[in-house]
Amino acid sequence: MVSTKDLLTILRCMAAAIEKNKEWLTDLDRPIGDSDHGINMARGFGEVEKKLSGLEGKDGGTILKTVGMTLVSTVGGSAGPLYGSAFMKAGMALADKTEISMADFLDALDQAVDAVRQRGKAQAGEKTMLDAMIPALQAMKEARGQKEAPEEILKKGVEASWAGAEATNGLIATKGRASYVGERGIGHQDPGATSFSILLETICHCKIGKL
Amino acid sequence: MKKIINDTNLVEEQMIQGLVKANPDKLRKLDCGNVVVRAKKKEGKVALISGGGSGHEPAHGGYVGFGMLDAAVAGPVFTSPTPDQIYEAIKAADAGMGVLMVVKNYTGDIMNFEMAAEMAQMEGISVESVVTSDDVAVEDSLYTVGRRGVAGTVFVHKIAGAKAEGGASLSQVCELAKRTASQVRTMGAAISPCTVPAAGQPGFALGDDEMEVGIGIHGEPGTHREGLKPADAIADQLLEKILAGFDLEGRDVAVLINGAGGTPLMELYIVNNHVQDVLKEKGISVYRTYVGNYMTSIEMQGFSISILKLDDEMKAMLDAPADTPAWKE
Repeated sequence: MVSTKDLLTILRCMAAAIEKNKEWLTDLDRPIGDSDHGINMARGFGEVEKKLSGLEGKDGGTILKTVGMTLVSTVGGSAGPLYGSAFMKAGMALADKTEISMADFLDALDQAVDAVRQRGKAQAGEKTMLDAMIPALQAMKEARGQKEAPEEILKKGVEASWAGAEATNGLIATKGRASYVGERGIGHQDPGATSFSILLETICHCKIGKL
Repeated sequence: MKKIINDTNLVEEQMIQGLVKANPDKLRKLDCGNVVVRAKKKEGKVALISGGGSGHEPAHGGYVGFGMLDAAVAGPVFTSPTPDQIYEAIKAADAGMGVLMVVKNYTGDIMNFEMAAEMAQMEGISVESVVTSDDVAVEDSLYTVGRRGVAGTVFVHKIAGAKAEGGASLSQVCELAKRTASQVRTMGAAISPCTVPAAGQPGFALGDDEMEVGIGIHGEPGTHREGLKPADAIADQLLEKILAGFDLEGRDVAVLINGAGGTPLMELYIVNNHVQDVLKEKGISVYRTYVGNYMTSIEMQGFSISILKLDDEMKAMLDAPADTPAWKE
C-alpha cells in the first residue's frame, strides 16, 4: 500500500524527472513535431509541484484531479489535454482513497489510458504515448495475474513502456503533428511515449513504501 | 539565437500588451491571461473567437475588431492555448447570441478548444466551431489527422466576421464559415527555418541551396526538401498542387500571398507577379488579391499561396467594412 503522502512524493519526483529530461524531450520533438514537448511538460509539472504542499492530507482522487486540472491549464499543446485528462480520470478511480493498493493503481492507469484514447481519438500503433501506455498496462496486468511482487510488476511495466517507446522509431505517425512528416518520421522516437515512460519509471525509482 | 526580446518566458504577454497599447481604442487584454477582446463589446451579435499558439502575428489578436473577431486567445509560441484561457475568451465575447470558434486543424488546438467548449456549454453558452484545414501539402486521408489549418484561416475570419457583424444567427454564421473553410486551399515553402524563443534553436536546418516544401506555420519540417529554385518556379510548383482538381469553372477567386514573417514584401510581390500571370493564362478571374504578412511563423523566410473560390455572398462579406489592427476594409 502507498499512502497519499507517498503519492505526493512520487509527484514531486515526477516533476524533477521531467525537468531533468526537458532538453531531451524537446530534442525528440524537433524532427517530427514542433520542438516544445519538454518545455511544455516542464512548465506544467513545475506548476503541479507548487500545488503539492497544499494537497497534504487530501485523498488520492483530489490529488490527481488537481494535478490533471493544473496540467490542462498550464501545459498547452496536445500534451496538456492528454496528460490532464489522464490524471483527472485516474483521480476518479482513486476517489476518497487514502491508501493505494496495486489493484487501485492498475485501475487508475486503466482509466488514464482510456482517457488518452478518447481525448486523442487514437489507438495503438499510431506513434503516440499510447504505444508506451498500452503495453505497460498490459505487462503489469499480466505480472499481477501471475502474482508477482509489486516491485516486479512495476519493473515489468517500465520495461514494456520503454520497449513500446523505442518501437515508435519504426512507426509512421497517423495522429498528432508527427503525422504531417509521414515516412520522414521513421527513425524518430515519439516524445509523448518517452515522457510517459519517464513518469512510469519515476514511480519505480522513487524511494517510497510498497504498492 | 538572436532575437529582440527580454525574457523567453515573457514573449507572449509582452507582445499582447504591445499590440493592445498600439490600439488602445480598439483592443483590451483580459486580466486573466493572453486574451484580446474588443475594447467596446458589441451586444446582440454572434461572437467570433479564434486563437492558437503565438508566433503567427498579426494572427490572431490583430484581427480582433469591427467586422472580424470578438476575441483572440494566444497560447505560448506555437503551442495551443489552454481550455481555461479559451473558456475566458468565450465568456468575455459571448453577447447572448452564441459563440463561433474558428479553430485551425491541429491536434492540440482541437482538443483544447473542444474542452473549452464543453466547459462553456455546461454554463449554458451556445458554442459552435469551424475547423480550417486549407493546407493541401498534407494528404487528407484516413491515415493522417487531415490537412492543417494555415493562412487561408484569415479568409474565414474576414467572411464569417462580416456575417456576424451584420446580425446573422449562429447557425448562419457557422454555415458560411464552414463553406468558406471548404473552398480555400493553401500551400507554402520556406528557405529558412524559425526559432521558438524557449527552444533556442531552429526547428530544422536548411543548406544555402535548399528549400523546404509543404511547410506548415509552426516551424516544423515540411513534406519534403529540394534544391532552391527561382521564385516563379516555386510559385508554379505550389499552384500546381493547389489547383489540381480544384473546379474553378465560372467562379472568381481571392488570392492571398502570405509572408512567413522574415520574407521581404519585395519577394512576395515578385511571387504575386507570377501568380497573377499564371491565373490569367488559365482563365481564372481574380476578384481580390492580398499580399503581406497575415499568418506568420516568427522569422521564417518563406511564403504561402492561398486561393479562395468565391460565391456572391463571400464576395460581399470580403468587401464589407472591417476595422482591425491588421485588416481594414
